[in-house]
Amino acid sequence: MQFSRRRRLVSQPQDGLYGHCLQFYGRPPAENISLAEFETFAFERLKLLKTVENLGVSYVKTSDQYTKKLYSEFSNLNFPHKAEADDKKEQTEYEKRRKDHISHFILRLAYCQTEDLRRWFIQQEMDLFRFRFSGLTSKSKTEFLHQNNLQYDTVSMEQKKALVDKLVSSSYAVSGATVMEQDFYKVPFQDALDLVRTRKVFLKGGYAYIPHQDIIAIVLNDFRTRLSKALALTARSLPAVQSDERLQPLLSHLSHAYVGQDYSIQKNVGKISLEQIDPLSTKSFPLCMRQLHKSLRENHHLRHGGRMQYGLFLKGIGLSLEQALQFWRSEFIKGKVDADKFDKAYAYSVRHMFGKEGKRTDYTPYSCMKVILSNPPSQGDYHGCPFRHSDPELLKQKLQSYKLSPSAINQILELVKGMHYQLACQKYFELTHNIEDSGFSLNHPNQYFMESQKVLGDGKDVKREPETPHREAAASKGLGASRQNAEEMEDLDALFQDD
Amino acid sequence: MSSCDYDSSCLPDLLPLYYRRLFPFSQYYRWLSYGGVTKNYFQNREFSFTLKDDIYVRYQSFSNQSELEKEMQKMNPYKIDIGAVYSHRPSQHNTVKSGTFQALEKELVFDIDMTDYDDVRTCCSAADICSSCWTLMTIAVRILDRALREDFGFQHLLWVYSGRRGIHCWVCDEAARKLSVAGRSAVAEYLSLVKGGEETLKKVQLSDPLHPFIRESLAVVEHYFIQYALMGQDILGNSKTTDKVLNLWYSLTMLVLHVREDLQSFFQSEKNPVKRWKKISGLVQQQRVTSRKGCQYIDKEIMLQYCYPRLDVNVSKGVNHLLKSPFSVHPKTGRISVPIDLEELDKFDPFAVPTISLICEELDKPRTGEEEEVVEEEKKENEIEAAERRKIRDYKRTSLAKYVKLFDRFLDGMARARKGEILRKSDLQKEF
Repeated sequence: MQFSRRRRLVSQPQDGLYGHCLQFYGRPPAENISLAEFETFAFERLKLLKTVENLGVSYVKTSDQYTKKLYSEFSNLNFPHKAEADDKKEQTEYEKRRKDHISHFILRLAYCQTEDLRRWFIQQEMDLFRFRFSGLTSKSKTEFLHQNNLQYDTVSMEQKKALVDKLVSSSYAVSGATVMEQDFYKVPFQDALDLVRTRKVFLKGGYAYIPHQDIIAIVLNDFRTRLSKALALTARSLPAVQSDERLQPLLSHLSHAYVGQDYSIQKNVGKISLEQIDPLSTKSFPLCMRQLHKSLRENHHLRHGGRMQYGLFLKGIGLSLEQALQFWRSEFIKGKVDADKFDKAYAYSVRHMFGKEGKRTDYTPYSCMKVILSNPPSQGDYHGCPFRHSDPELLKQKLQSYKLSPSAINQILELVKGMHYQLACQKYFELTHNIEDSGFSLNHPNQYFMESQKVLGDGKDVKREPETPHREAAASKGLGASRQNAEEMEDLDALFQDD
Repeated sequence: MSSCDYDSSCLPDLLPLYYRRLFPFSQYYRWLSYGGVTKNYFQNREFSFTLKDDIYVRYQSFSNQSELEKEMQKMNPYKIDIGAVYSHRPSQHNTVKSGTFQALEKELVFDIDMTDYDDVRTCCSAADICSSCWTLMTIAVRILDRALREDFGFQHLLWVYSGRRGIHCWVCDEAARKLSVAGRSAVAEYLSLVKGGEETLKKVQLSDPLHPFIRESLAVVEHYFIQYALMGQDILGNSKTTDKVLNLWYSLTMLVLHVREDLQSFFQSEKNPVKRWKKISGLVQQQRVTSRKGCQYIDKEIMLQYCYPRLDVNVSKGVNHLLKSPFSVHPKTGRISVPIDLEELDKFDPFAVPTISLICEELDKPRTGEEEEVVEEEKKENEIEAAERRKIRDYKRTSLAKYVKLFDRFLDGMARARKGEILRKSDLQKEF
């Protein structure tokens, strides 16, 4: 079967194509594959990437648990992992590597179409690559670098001698003795941004001095650059692929799978009155929104980050544009902003949120992941995730003031300590709604709100979310997936119910 | 100079004069053209103007210096912001296919605003500043300037007073202008030590080993800490501020009771803040020896929380983010946004920065005899040339002169570096 011009090329002998268990995906596959295999490969890689995403939120990426869970997913899905392909299993190892190769290229087709999709795909593939590369033995790493022609400038002995103190204090795992033994690479700081960002590398004159053990940082950067270029190229040749009516629906299916429920559906517009917001904020708002609401009422102002996070949430629970304008104006003019200033400086951004200005994008409410991972709050900010961005001591006081029992507070703080912020929030939900097991896995503030309304039986006032299959899809996305429903994800179709 | 007190209601009268006779257009154009190396670098640059009554116009762009001059003299903006260099002329952004109009390059910028220090200032709050808390800006410049030059290898840093309560930095090196969004945010995060919002008390967290960048930064903070924080801000002066400091420590660990008691009784008898601080850091040292992970650097963390620069990371991140332009007027204070001379940094006084009222008044002062002669001579010369010359001389008669000179010096430095780069490249290619 032939799928695109690319696959129509002469099928070459595949020996020696997969000389290493890890690939840089430099060359696209040139063989013919069946439609069934195409589909299976794509689904399984997608599943792998989703696991990568889920685990990345729940665990520190270098922790044992992360490694263990991801490793087991690898073997479940038959992706290559171990460097040493023992001879007996050579054939299966070849199959695994082939699958790794082909499935990566299929998803490139599905995920090259928009900026958002590309970002998601690159992020997951990078995490995947990092995980696999760091699992390699040092010998195997060198082989990989060699096979893929990755060469970096090393730092001379004299230079190392001169900088030894600084090199030692820039990296956790380098000591005075090992500095002289191991290679250091000197690259422009732009090529090692992850190390720069976290201050885990020595910088001098615009160059980063990277110890051999951190070489993953530069390799990964190379990986990112190449992949992002490749995706841009793929996007250009996409029309040719999409003209194949067998592939088109499949690809669009695949690319929709990652998004999950976005809570932007406007069916519930106007179902909430402004007077309801105060009582709802204590009953049915997740802590992050309750905090924003409270500080808005107290300070009659919210900074940009807070306005975005809270404003979009309110839009998601059903405030209309007119209501939103009224809501924000009435609060802001109680503070330092007069009505005139509000109309000039803030009304625009409210309309913008509703897609009535600028690019006219109808913005979607922020998910937990977005709240937790992007734009952390700084001085004067009240946005973010209270479980992630509060001092544990302050969080404790806050929970006490909300009349939670000491044992309940401890349960929540334990989860926070383990960095399970969404689980902590879900625990808070269960405790405040007096239910044992909420039966959903929380990944969106608006989901919290709807679930709460459902439990409280006030559903008549707000739009009730019917039990559609996309609830399952959403569930498989969130933190809960890492708990027990990883297995429940077997039904892959659940992933595709969103569109 | 009480006669030059600024009154914002005069702004509409003063701005035309400022843009006609004082604004350093030729230097400004020279800056943003960057030697004319890249095609359309100036032409594709976004400017945005804030006009009277907060009317905001984005996506202005100009083909050359004279068009920029004419437009500014026509519109008399209250405030000028500079944005990115785009793929097309910003003024025509509506005519190109959506998605193709993209921000390509911009200086790497930093914005430090005094309001972000409100929880650690005892003297003023919000938009107010005084000479005491201005030290925070001095510290910020010292720390960031060193790191941007030595760690990141940038050379062309333009530090500018924002006109009211903060400072901006424009990193103009080619490598900085070409940085990606990820690159900008990585630099900004490397430089950020104070983290957390209103729900975080302790905003600085150090861990072993201390990165060389942190050591260098600490050295700067230590240099100012006693004079600024202990004496000037008097953060250990009364019980309220003292508690705030100590809470950063207490909140962290259950301090052994006797240490706490020891501290309390010491503080009862000792009122001298420097001695009080010595006691605190002495106790921390002791604790450091007797293990206790997590609070081994608490004294340093306190110092950083009170003094370390607080960056608005979002301003630095975006390529398309706008920032108030140098030599723009601050409409609230009337002060001109002027470059800061790093050699005189400790003497920089925001209150001594000339206001638009002052420099406009200086224009009206009678000329000295010498100048009078020149004017006579000029009458014989070509009319246009004379007008041009008069404009140059105009700003030289005002307090703006030394700042324009500073700007000139900065531009000369960039021109020299560009020339050196061209020579180096041609040497490499063996073309003579």
